[in-house]
Amino acid sequence: MALILKLHTQPDVPLEADCICPDKFAQLSLQQVEQLPVFHGNRQVALGDFFHCSGDNDGHIQIEGDISKLKHIGSMMSFGSIRISGSVGVHTGAAMSGGEIIIEGDADDWLGPEMLGGRIVVKGNAGHMVGSGYRGSTVGMQGGEILVLGNVKNETGHVMRRGLIAVNGNAGDFTGVNMLAGNIFVFGEMGIRTGAGMKRGSIVSQTEPQMLPTFSYACRYRPVFLTHYLSYLVESGFSIDPDMTRGEFERWCGDSVELNRGEILFYTGK
Amino acid sequence: MTASLRIINGRVYDPANGIDGEIKELCIKDAKIVDSVDDDASVINAHGMVIMPGGIDIHCHIAGPKVNMARKLQPEDKRHDPHPATPFTRSGTGGSVPSTFATGYRYATLGYTTAFDAAVPPLAARHVLEEFHDTPVIDKGYYVVLGNNVFMHQLIKEGRKEELKHAIAWWLNASKGYTPKIVNPGGDEPWKGKKNSNVHDIDEKDTVFEISPRDIIDAFIDVANELGLPHPPHLHCNNLGHSGNFETTIETMKTAGDRRLHIAHIQFHSYAGKLGENPLSAGREIVEYVNAHPNISTDVGQVMFGKSTVMTADAPSAYLTRGYTHSKWINADTENESGCGIAPYTYQEHVYTNALQWAIGLEIFLLSKDPWRIVFSTDSPNGASFTSYPKLVKLLMDKSYRDEEISRVNQRAMNKSILREIDREYSLYEIAIITRAGPARCLGLKNKGHLGIGADADITIYDDQEDKELMFNAPRYVIKSGHAVIADFEFTTDYYGKTLHIQPEFDQSIEDSIRPFFDDYYSVRFDNYAVTDYYLHDHEYIPTKQDAL
Repeated sequence: MALILKLHTQPDVPLEADCICPDKFAQLSLQQVEQLPVFHGNRQVALGDFFHCSGDNDGHIQIEGDISKLKHIGSMMSFGSIRISGSVGVHTGAAMSGGEIIIEGDADDWLGPEMLGGRIVVKGNAGHMVGSGYRGSTVGMQGGEILVLGNVKNETGHVMRRGLIAVNGNAGDFTGVNMLAGNIFVFGEMGIRTGAGMKRGSIVSQTEPQMLPTFSYACRYRPVFLTHYLSYLVESGFSIDPDMTRGEFERWCGDSVELNRGEILFYTGK
Repeated sequence: MTASLRIINGRVYDPANGIDGEIKELCIKDAKIVDSVDDDASVINAHGMVIMPGGIDIHCHIAGPKVNMARKLQPEDKRHDPHPATPFTRSGTGGSVPSTFATGYRYATLGYTTAFDAAVPPLAARHVLEEFHDTPVIDKGYYVVLGNNVFMHQLIKEGRKEELKHAIAWWLNASKGYTPKIVNPGGDEPWKGKKNSNVHDIDEKDTVFEISPRDIIDAFIDVANELGLPHPPHLHCNNLGHSGNFETTIETMKTAGDRRLHIAHIQFHSYAGKLGENPLSAGREIVEYVNAHPNISTDVGQVMFGKSTVMTADAPSAYLTRGYTHSKWINADTENESGCGIAPYTYQEHVYTNALQWAIGLEIFLLSKDPWRIVFSTDSPNGASFTSYPKLVKLLMDKSYRDEEISRVNQRAMNKSILREIDREYSLYEIAIITRAGPARCLGLKNKGHLGIGADADITIYDDQEDKELMFNAPRYVIKSGHAVIADFEFTTDYYGKTLHIQPEFDQSIEDSIRPFFDDYYSVRFDNYAVTDYYLHDHEYIPTKQDAL
């Protein structure tokens, strides 16, 4: 049994709801949860003005209703889980360090920025800047995993340093831009300038991306480590061409404007 | 007009009047300290508290285009440090370069009531004055970057000394500045003209005007003396940050002879060793020279560990920093007047050079024989943000704390420093000198930095605590121009201080020489260049000796 938050009034303007987080709910009664402050535009109001609260407060939260106007859900969370039945707004799971967020619908921009640990699963699509660093930050995602079963937009994994981002669908431009390390998997098409400015890390793609001139061809091989990643992703609900597990990949090194220790791997067939 | 106020039972530290911790009553009326007030005046009982004049920061960077660029460059520095509004004060953002409102309030919460921005090109003067207008509580002034002004270099080259004097006076008037600032004299034009080009020796003639840094410094000191400026030229020497630069610094001080000169952030100019190799400490050599020459004043420019922002008119030195950080930086050119470089930087305990810089600054403080002339600064935000001042005070006042810190930093650096062997601890009286009375005397501010009759009622009252960092971090009362801006640690009102500037006299005919230069080389028309009084808002003009004649 989880704590159930049911939206009864749709906010007119975005609602800053960083209080919806197992850490902030800990030890509170249902009444106290309803009284937690949220910012509706520039006015401070209570969470209960928008949500009915029921169930047990046991570290698991279930949110029902269209909450695409809610920002910062699960931001800084370190344990427990949040299950969202519909779509969710921006900054979901920002700087989270543990626990799990499951989104049945779509996620907006800035999903899991500067994340330290934990897991985010999106069954629909996600927006721009998935697992990235905020503007000005030199380090973005530092751990954990973000799995998106649909598509993502631009700058996925910007300045990421560790962790896993996997996308079953397509990605926009600048995937892995300036990444320091970590793994990004895309099983659809990618936009332009993949891996621009990357220092280390791996970007794995099922299709051949448009390669920047600062990337150079290294070799063609069958990476063993991928087998583990791919079987894990299949377990997590990804639909992946089974041939890919033992298939051959082309390896490109880059970005030579930076350290040149990153790699882009793309599948070339059986 | 402010209500009159009486402060009783407090221990007063007022070095300018020789008062060292005496219990003394202070009376305040109409923003000034007076000898008595009526019996119905409100009373602050400062029993068990320490009373000092308001702090004066002689060298910091708090307003103008370069500061604004540094703010915009580092959103990551500000995101985690919001400065919320109170019922009396406005909101802002912090980080190593706080927004205007946060700058004023944070200075106030450290007991500071006056601060001087150390480098403003005249073209930026309007912007600075507008930001000053939004910088609450403190009184402000700024030094005008004139040392690399192309027009003046021409005058120096052609030996037109009389005209140089009038030109400098004209520029000080046109920009509402406080004194000429000279930054890496002679270095800007080569730097702007050719990649990685700079002057490296005080007698090296630059390729553009064929004058040496020594010629420039010498000419400016002469002019400042003739004009009787309250504060001598504020000089950022050549070769900042390079190993072995202390020889340049000593040569620079020798250039002054027995004439007054202020050397800014001298810690950054006190390095021994070979160029291109790790620095060694020359703190002792530098401080011995300063001790023996009463015409020289200096601020230390202490480095403190943590986040800072290199922000300077010395663009080549910012380029040097960028070489270490491999991160974002800004390089800018202020047409005929100056250059500019900005680079975020973090001083780290375990890094040899950073630890040695930290130790050299402390050596200079602790070997100083005349606290009136070797005053407190971190070149905020270059060495550290001004918010680290309380920690620096504790380092100076508490030997055991200092030893603890020494044991935490790079030991290879500590072995190259004599810091461990120095037992000196600053007294509260000496702290009052280096943070208040000394800067006021260096700046020629007669009404600030002391608590005698007629002084500005800028007063800080601290709880007397064993831990000096805690003590200097949170004054119980801060009184600015007679207003108790902070009472019982809380803001009780908002207050906006004034701009301090000078108006030296000059011969109007100098405009006939300057005007054609503007027509030929400036992006601004001569008639639109000078800042009108409208921008000054509340201001006070500080007399030059010329006025007294």
